[in-house]
Amino acid sequence: MHSFINLLSAWMIPAIIAFIPLYGAFRKVPVYETFTEGAKEGFGTAIGIIPHLVGMMVAISMFRASGALDYVTGAMEPMLRQLGVPGEVLPLSLLRPLTGAGSLAYTSDLIATYGPDSMIGRIASTIQGSTDTTLYVLTVYFGAIGIRRTRYALKVGLFSDLVGFLAAVFICLYVFG
Amino acid sequence: MVNWIWLGFIVVSVVVAAATGRMDAVTQAAFDGAKNGVTICFGLVSILVFWMGLMRIAEDAGLLARLARLLSPFVRLLFPDVPKGHPALGYIMSNMSANILGLGNAATPMGIKAMQELQKLNPDPATATPAMCTLLALNTSSITLVPTTLIAIRMNYGSANPAEIVGTTLAATAVATAAAILLDRWYRSRSKQPPMAPPAGGAASRPRRAARSPGRLGGRRELPPEA
Repeated sequence: MHSFINLLSAWMIPAIIAFIPLYGAFRKVPVYETFTEGAKEGFGTAIGIIPHLVGMMVAISMFRASGALDYVTGAMEPMLRQLGVPGEVLPLSLLRPLTGAGSLAYTSDLIATYGPDSMIGRIASTIQGSTDTTLYVLTVYFGAIGIRRTRYALKVGLFSDLVGFLAAVFICLYVFG
Repeated sequence: MVNWIWLGFIVVSVVVAAATGRMDAVTQAAFDGAKNGVTICFGLVSILVFWMGLMRIAEDAGLLARLARLLSPFVRLLFPDVPKGHPALGYIMSNMSANILGLGNAATPMGIKAMQELQKLNPDPATATPAMCTLLALNTSSITLVPTTLIAIRMNYGSANPAEIVGTTLAATAVATAAAILLDRWYRSRSKQPPMAPPAGGAASRPRRAARSPGRLGGRRELPPEA
């Protein structure tokens, strides 16, 4: 099953890249011109995201460097430890929604320190893989179309991150425990 | 809420830095963060340019409309306020498929395209619509079949079974996604927004079925104004 999935992911992108123009040609779409016309939009969209992403990255990066993030996780630790969550994975609960690169680095560090097949390594891997970086997704998606009032979107994202975090911990404790 | 979180991060950082004497580190971090943001966006340029070009072919060839019809009962349940056959549904489908297959760099452009299409249905371009919030919820909890990056890292550190986390990841992501959808539903039912009126020149006037006829439809593309 696993090797099949690996094979599938290796073939998927090239298959899509070949299939779409082929289908377009079959439908008599001038494929190259259409491609370049659509591609033009990509640059503007990416540039439009810059202010949003710079703003967010500055705030998050300051928050981590000041040590504030460590204080917050420290304050949360006793509460979550009582639920049976290993203390080492706690910082991930805050890092994961804030920074993809930061939480990936932290996960790699946990895997390197405790070993990939330790409970901590497994839990960290599961947390890292099971949700996306909420703040980044929100910034990029809404930034690209100029949404300023995000309504309840952030609450939903952060809530599902918390649920995903707890689910990852308890599912791992149950499956590998 | 984003305003408060952003302000909170910055103010708390400076206060904490003042208390711990890490002012230099925080200053450095601010500029590193800014640099990082730009670097990420420039990384997005090539991906967005490429996939948006490819997806335009898919749209003009009627492939997206086909994809939207294929799974429309499910998607319509999640996005009841998007008109049937609207291109947004096709992009939403592509975005979700790319997420599920773990094609991260294809998922983002398709999600952004979906957002741009949803923006055309938005009576107030500065405020997110319920459909946008739902799409965002689906993306932040990202259902992924194979977390390839993590499997690679575990392999690097000599795991006996690098892929053993696939099952637990899938279960956790399913729980997270279900939670996101449920909360999104709850907010939707609570907000009781009046049904969206298609803006002039929006969905109603765009002949989607015409995409089946050969050739491109000229001059129908306008980007929503950047707010």
